[in-house]
Amino acid sequence: MADGYSNFVNKNPLGKKLAGQFGLPKPPVLRRYEPGQELTTGPVAIGSFDGGKVASALIDIVESSGAVVVDATPEATYEKGSLGAAVYDATGLRTIDDLEILRATLAPAVKALGKNARVLIIGTPPAEQDRPEAAATQQALEGIMRSIGKELLRGATANLIWLSGDAFDEPEVLASPVRFFLSSRSAYVGGQPLRVGKAVVPQVADWRAPLQGEVAVVTGAARGIGAKIAEVFARQGAAVIVVDIPAAGESLSKVANKIGGVALQLDITAPDAGQKIAEAVARKGDKLAAIVHNAGITRDKLFVNDDAARWGSVIAVNIKAEMAINATLLDPALPGGLKDGGRIIGVASTSGIGGNRGQANYAASKAGVMGLVRAEAPELAPRQITINAIAPGFIETEMTAKIPLATREVGRRINALMQGGQPVDVAEAIAFLAEPGSAGVTGQVLRVCGHSQLGA
Amino acid sequence: MSPRDVYVLGGNRIPFVRSGGKYLKASNQDMLTAAIDGLVSRHDLSGERLGEVAAGAVIKHARDFNLTRESVLGSHLSPQTPAYDVQQACGTGLEATILVANKIALGQVDSAIAGGTDTTSDAPLAINDDLRRTLMMVNYAKTPQQRLKALTKIRPGQFAPEQPKNAEPRTGLAMGDHQAITTKEWGISREAQDELAALSHQNLAAAYGRGFFDDLVTPYLGVSKDNNLRPDSTPEKLAKLKPVFGKGEGATMTAGNSTPLTDGASVVLLGSADWAQERKLTPLARFVDGETAAVDYVHGGEGLLMAPPYAIARLLQRNGLTLQDFEFYEFHEAFASTVLCHLAAMESPEFCKERLGLDEPLGSVDRSKLNVNGSSLAAGHPFAATGGRIVASLAKMLHEKGSGRGLISICAAGGQGVVAILEAV
Repeated sequence: MADGYSNFVNKNPLGKKLAGQFGLPKPPVLRRYEPGQELTTGPVAIGSFDGGKVASALIDIVESSGAVVVDATPEATYEKGSLGAAVYDATGLRTIDDLEILRATLAPAVKALGKNARVLIIGTPPAEQDRPEAAATQQALEGIMRSIGKELLRGATANLIWLSGDAFDEPEVLASPVRFFLSSRSAYVGGQPLRVGKAVVPQVADWRAPLQGEVAVVTGAARGIGAKIAEVFARQGAAVIVVDIPAAGESLSKVANKIGGVALQLDITAPDAGQKIAEAVARKGDKLAAIVHNAGITRDKLFVNDDAARWGSVIAVNIKAEMAINATLLDPALPGGLKDGGRIIGVASTSGIGGNRGQANYAASKAGVMGLVRAEAPELAPRQITINAIAPGFIETEMTAKIPLATREVGRRINALMQGGQPVDVAEAIAFLAEPGSAGVTGQVLRVCGHSQLGA
Repeated sequence: MSPRDVYVLGGNRIPFVRSGGKYLKASNQDMLTAAIDGLVSRHDLSGERLGEVAAGAVIKHARDFNLTRESVLGSHLSPQTPAYDVQQACGTGLEATILVANKIALGQVDSAIAGGTDTTSDAPLAINDDLRRTLMMVNYAKTPQQRLKALTKIRPGQFAPEQPKNAEPRTGLAMGDHQAITTKEWGISREAQDELAALSHQNLAAAYGRGFFDDLVTPYLGVSKDNNLRPDSTPEKLAKLKPVFGKGEGATMTAGNSTPLTDGASVVLLGSADWAQERKLTPLARFVDGETAAVDYVHGGEGLLMAPPYAIARLLQRNGLTLQDFEFYEFHEAFASTVLCHLAAMESPEFCKERLGLDEPLGSVDRSKLNVNGSSLAAGHPFAATGGRIVASLAKMLHEKGSGRGLISICAAGGQGVVAILEAV
């Protein structure tokens, strides 16, 4: 379901010719996940600085996922376009001069990347460094990663993991994030740094269906991104309870029956919404493994012309309901409440980062979601509950289809992949955060924006 | 096997819509399938094999010979779920409920869906009987000559279709005209009818307002509420309408205090205690008992829609209950005056003694407990779908209340009445 322009320059013979003659941008066709698909499109070159802190763990993760590992060194040679990914363990970098080693090792590998390949750098948080130069060096990784991301072609992306120093000895926290970033599940995630901390990672029998036997709740699931989240969660093995307002019950019912889930018609702003969700969960299992607060509304109006009713309705649905439902579900004694080791995922927006004309109310609610997850993460850490947010950029939905053409085209093209994302891209990122293996990821806002310039 | 308890576990219906409206292109099968699928999605039944599904329609196309089974096949239930059609006019939905409840009670099945659907928008148009007979003769002709001879009997007049009629075959009177006679007999006033009708609208609107139907109704074809509902209905506004049934001075029945033709479908989920527990479904109410009565309206012995008091009397007696032993009364409002005639009859010492053979009258019903969430006048009445609507709503009301019993009463064409008792659990 690529947009019209992409289809024209990629598939139409005249379009291809015109694009070539005039040097028009050609948005690549992105590889997206299908069950049974290989982790990467080719061998994974893994390099490290000074042996690396987690290089051997990275090799184990990639090999156990069925991909071939090749050793990345400054001297290594690769066949052009052959590599599926280039991974660099930069956790040991401490001086600015060390960065040259990274360049010398990574550059030949990046040059040999194939279509839809991945660059992944593993660093360690600058804030954890005791010397300013070490902090500067680690911070430099973000700039390198973001720049590489903008140079990559043909659907390839670059991302960065900052692994906490205290997790170097227990690198299993890396497995899920590394698999996510290397796979096609992260097709529209680019230019993003993600902090991964020390955590207890539960054993999972099948990392391709990590939510097997678990119950998950998705709000706003009657259509668009929410319906796709529900589908991806079902694919990951979860029993999914889909929630939407009663007026959307017809499509909600179809979504539920399609994935063998349960439809719960519910206004999430009702005072007993959390209770009703818990009751529905208790009918499926004992406890809730993950809740995705996807339900949201827009009531766009210039800030100076907004009124209390419009402002209030956006705030009520997009953030107050989420806070109230969390408060209910976090009661450990509640049947059907969130279990220890559970996951809360909010849906923010790049509009909450960069702002949007006429969206002060919406941006307030979405920035609020980001503030909420950052503040609540340490409070929930003792129960191994993680809370994160996804910030979608320009996603092709019924909502964005209504944006005026020129604005819509800018939104689509002003990112490294030169196209809007699909609802499934947001769903995959959320499902990643909901995995048991993502225990080390909390209090974060992960953007799904194709490495967009907007809200950067 | 001795009878076991049977529970109402949930229900679902599509919004009821006035005929000729948004459901114009929906068939009975479409609507029943949608009602089942809504129930499936709400109760996690996708791919499940249930004991059986019993449902029906009053007005059916010839192609709908296996309507319920076809609807099950089109739904997300397991295709291994057996199904059959039931038809007892407006009592269809409740009769289907009684049938499956009895099977569960006997241990023949553990779970079942009962329901009904009807559309007067998509009513079958039969071809003229004369033309039909001629065509049959053409069909059975053995030689070309015979065939030609049969064809010459076709006349232009035969192409006019049979008009569908809302009339009793044995009397030729429309149901409203029958009820007009009964209304007059019982001396039911226009004011009392309009008052009952207005209250039905107000109660239904309030129930929607407090989210009562959030887990009972699934929107269909973009409709999320019964569109016959007039939340601002008052006796004063209803008093302005002209009578449509009955003749002359004493006519009291209007389009406002009679139920309009409506399209829709409803289903209820029933099961044994064990089955409910296995699936972690909350029993809303126990299905206690049901009874059906019929009266001789043809020879003038009784009004067409007066069977329910007979059924209620027998049901109460069998269960050792009085008419006052109920927390809720769900009386189907085919016409406001039907309900008022039933109430008057049950209060009448003569009627109860002479017609029902009782020593004492059944007595009065506390009107504050009658149709508290609105009923057919406001919601509409797609004939076979009414039983499922009432059973599911009453079960939920009893569950919310946490105690007490509810009495359901539905009058039906052909001089029949279907009634049942539910009990809170």
